[in-house]
Order: sequence, then C-alpha cells, then structure tokens
Amino acid sequence: MRFMALWRPGPNANPPTENMMAEMNKLIDEMTKAGVMVQTGGWNPASPCTVLKSASGKVTVTDGPYTEAKEVIAGFAIFDVKSKAEAIDWGKRFLQVAGDGTSEMRELVDGQPR
Amino acid sequence: MLCSEAMAASEAQRAVEAIWRIESASVVAGLARIVRDLGLAEELAQDALVAALEQWPTSGVPEKPGAWLMAAGKHRAIDLLRRRQRLESKQGELGREVEERQGMGTDELDAALDDTVGDDLLRLVFIACHPVLSEESRVALTLRLLGGLTTGEIARAFLVPETAIAQRIVRAKRTLAEARIPFEVPRAPEVTDRLSSVLAVIYLVFNEGYSATAGEDWVRPALCEDALRLGRIVAELVPNEAEVHGLVALMEIQASRLKARTGPTGEPILLLDQNRGIWDQLLIRRGLAALARAEAVGFAPGPYTLQAAIVACHARAPSPDETDWSRIVSLYELLAGIAPSPVVELNRAVAVSMASGPDAGLALVDMLRSEPSLQSYHLLPSVRGDLLVKLGRLDEAHAEFKFAASLTRNARERTLLLERAAACSPSG
Repeated sequence: MRFMALWRPGPNANPPTENMMAEMNKLIDEMTKAGVMVQTGGWNPASPCTVLKSASGKVTVTDGPYTEAKEVIAGFAIFDVKSKAEAIDWGKRFLQVAGDGTSEMRELVDGQPR
Repeated sequence: MLCSEAMAASEAQRAVEAIWRIESASVVAGLARIVRDLGLAEELAQDALVAALEQWPTSGVPEKPGAWLMAAGKHRAIDLLRRRQRLESKQGELGREVEERQGMGTDELDAALDDTVGDDLLRLVFIACHPVLSEESRVALTLRLLGGLTTGEIARAFLVPETAIAQRIVRAKRTLAEARIPFEVPRAPEVTDRLSSVLAVIYLVFNEGYSATAGEDWVRPALCEDALRLGRIVAELVPNEAEVHGLVALMEIQASRLKARTGPTGEPILLLDQNRGIWDQLLIRRGLAALARAEAVGFAPGPYTLQAAIVACHARAPSPDETDWSRIVSLYELLAGIAPSPVVELNRAVAVSMASGPDAGLALVDMLRSEPSLQSYHLLPSVRGDLLVKLGRLDEAHAEFKFAASLTRNARERTLLLERAAACSPSG
C-alpha cells in the first residue's frame, strides 16, 4: 500500500533547527533502509505558492502567500507499507522529530482509471 | 462500553503488529548475535512480542518501541543464559557482556544498536538464504525473518497450507542448527556466491508476484511489494555490490508496469499492448536511478544489471514503436554470454524479431524447439505462435497457442492463450 503524507507545521512552529534537521535526516535514512521511503521532499519557502482555481470552466491563477498559517504545507512523503497501521506508526515517528503540527496521511489508489 | 474497549484493544493490537513488521528483523538479528542461535533468537523475539501485546494496550505504546522490544528480548536472553551459565561456565562471559550492555542508558543502548543493526541484519539475510537450505525454505525464512510476514501471510501468498509453511520454517531452523551454520557475514571469497543466493530468493518472491506460476490471479502485487522492500533493504546493507542495485532496478521498473499488466477483469495485457500512460513514473525513476548506481559501482554488468538495462529500454520508450530493439538485442547477447540459458535465448529471439523481422526471430526460436528444458515451458509455443501470426501462418499459430495453453498452470494466462488460439482459427 502506498501512502502520501502532507506535513503542516503548527501555527507557532519555529523554523527547523540544525539538530532537528539532523534527526529528520536520520529518520529518512532509517525509512530508506527499511525499504519504506519512496520519495520525500519539501517546498521552497522562498518561492510563493501559485493557486489555480477553476470555476464554470474559467481558470484563474493567483500568486501569493497562503491566507492562513495553518494551510502551509511544508513537506511531503510517499511511502510503501504493508498496512495503514504501519503508515500511522511511521507518521508518529515523523511527528516525534518534526514537532507540533499536522500530518495528513492518505492512501494512494492503485489501479488504472477505468 | 465493552465494545469500545474491544475496539481499543484491537487498535492496540494493530499498532503492535505494524511495529512488529518494522522492528522484528532488527530484534531477531540483534538477539541472534547474542544467543548465536537463530531459532532461539526468534523464540525470544516472539516472547517479547507477546509481552508487548499484553502490556501496550494498557500502558500505551512506548516512545521507542523497537528499543523496548529489543530490551524485553534481551532480558529473556539473559535469564536463559544465566540458567545455562550454571551448567557451562564458558557462557558466563557472554552473560556478563549482555548484562553490561543492559546496564547502559537508553541513549547508549540506542547508539550501540545503531552501530550494529546493519551488520546484524546482513547476517540475518545471509543465514536465511544459506545454501544448506532448500530454495523453498530460504524463501519462507527470508519472508518470515526479514519481511516480518506471519506464516499465515506466507502461506496465502504461495497458495499452500499454513502448516506446510510452519513446518518448512521449523525444518529450516533445525537444519541451520544441526549444520552449525555460524551467524556471520561470509568472508570475501564467498560473499559474491552467497549474495547471489540472497538475490535469487528475492527475485523468486518478486516473480511469483509478478506472474504467478499457479492459481487464479496472474499477478499478486503484495508479493512484488514484499520483494521490493527486501531488495531495497539489502541494497542499503551492501551498497557497494552492483548486482543488488541491478536487481532493485529490475524490480522497480517491472513493478512500474503492474497496474498496466492486467485489464479490468484481471486478464493479462502484454508489454507492447500496455497503456504506457499508467506506468508508474515514480518507480521508473527509482529504477533508472538504481540502474545508474549499479553501473557506477560495477565494472562489467552482471545478469541482474543487464536485465535491468533491458527493461529500462522499454521504460524509456514513449511508445512500442520507439523501442530501441537493436540495443535490446545487444544486451541479450551480453546476457547470453555471462548467463547463458534457453530462456535468455528465447527472449533474444523475440528482440531479434522486433529488430530484424519475424523471419529472423522464428529461425532462432525453431533452434530452441529441441531444447529439453523448454519442453514444458509455455512461452516457447506462445512466442512461436506470435511470430507465426505475424508471418500469416495462422493454422500453425492456432496449434501453438493451444499447445501453450495446455502447458500453463495459471488460469488467467490459459484464457488469454485460448483466446489467441481462437482468433487464429479459420472460423474465428
């Protein structure tokens, strides 16, 4: 089963420290060695997000910052696991390193569009 | 009330099972290093798991569950060694060593574990795939010890009764104990041979998932996932071995086509008929990266790396017409040079037919018809039928497809072959 996790730091989160980044790299290394990590990455905070909205067939493109801090997605990970429980366990390990915030985890659907 | 308690308990159990899958290999490997007996190590680890199942639902899951399981297993190991110590003074030293480790703080213990966990896992891989064991035992033991699968899961994956798998594992552990196989990483001259046994086991698991030799389903993706996970683990354990990366590349790229390999009702779709738009680009990218790693580490490419290079040719081609068949032919020639086999020859014949036309391919296939090891291999008549269709010799093709259908043990594949036979018959 493949899951995608989206990471939203809490509103009062401090920028990541060097120590925290070292711990995070250790966790990613562990997940890679466990054969679980498929891909992970973060967003470039210096590059503002672009929102594309479609309404009644008309697409509008807006540049700009997020409206609320809680909407900021700081990073993502895709991993292969045996069960949802295993995905949750890796998610907990991630939060122990990342600190306050929300990790939204969704199972990716396998199978072709039919 | 009772209901919600039961739910909480079952949730805790699921959490324990998930953690077990993540941690069991390291725990068993760590304990095996201490007690020097794989069967005993697994028993101790199981005891630790039982303790977790009893305690975690009420105490909550500890912050470092792996370290907790390891500590619980070690406590039991020490108890056991103390009991033995009374009989054999020699083992006293070992007991003290364990005790000293046990006396360390959690952080120190973690650090000690981090240092050795890779080596322990590697020993576990090598012992589970030891040549003294039969191939089916190697597979069962590897999935059980490294994959963290239960005997029930292994039994379901290979469509055999659970008791058979349990017996296989018991027998395997007894064989290892009786042969006094040391729990160690093999020395340099041996390591390549022993590693090839490890890779063969992993690829066997993958292939059973990729095109099941028996049963109703043509593919069983769960087995592919298990094999991929094992391959990725071993690749990180021995990063300087080119063929490990070659195998991982081969599996990642093949797995990228899993979704495209079956139609809406589970029927097989062959490579050139697949919708390339649904090939998993993430896995392809990972596969190409692993292939690059294999090529960077190794001097002359080994069999897995060459096979990976072949599947990479398909992965890189946006459409079947754009496939670099002449490169595939030369890769098969290299493969036939280092790992000659009739199956490689058959594949080379297919590539030649794509590069130079069906006549040239058929000439090579016909040379294989007397090959004893291919007498019951369904892909020989299947490939021959395919080439005959292209040459317009439909009657002969019909007979070949029917013959191929009679040889396969997989229901889905049989249906496909019978359909192809019907399409070639004068009435069809």
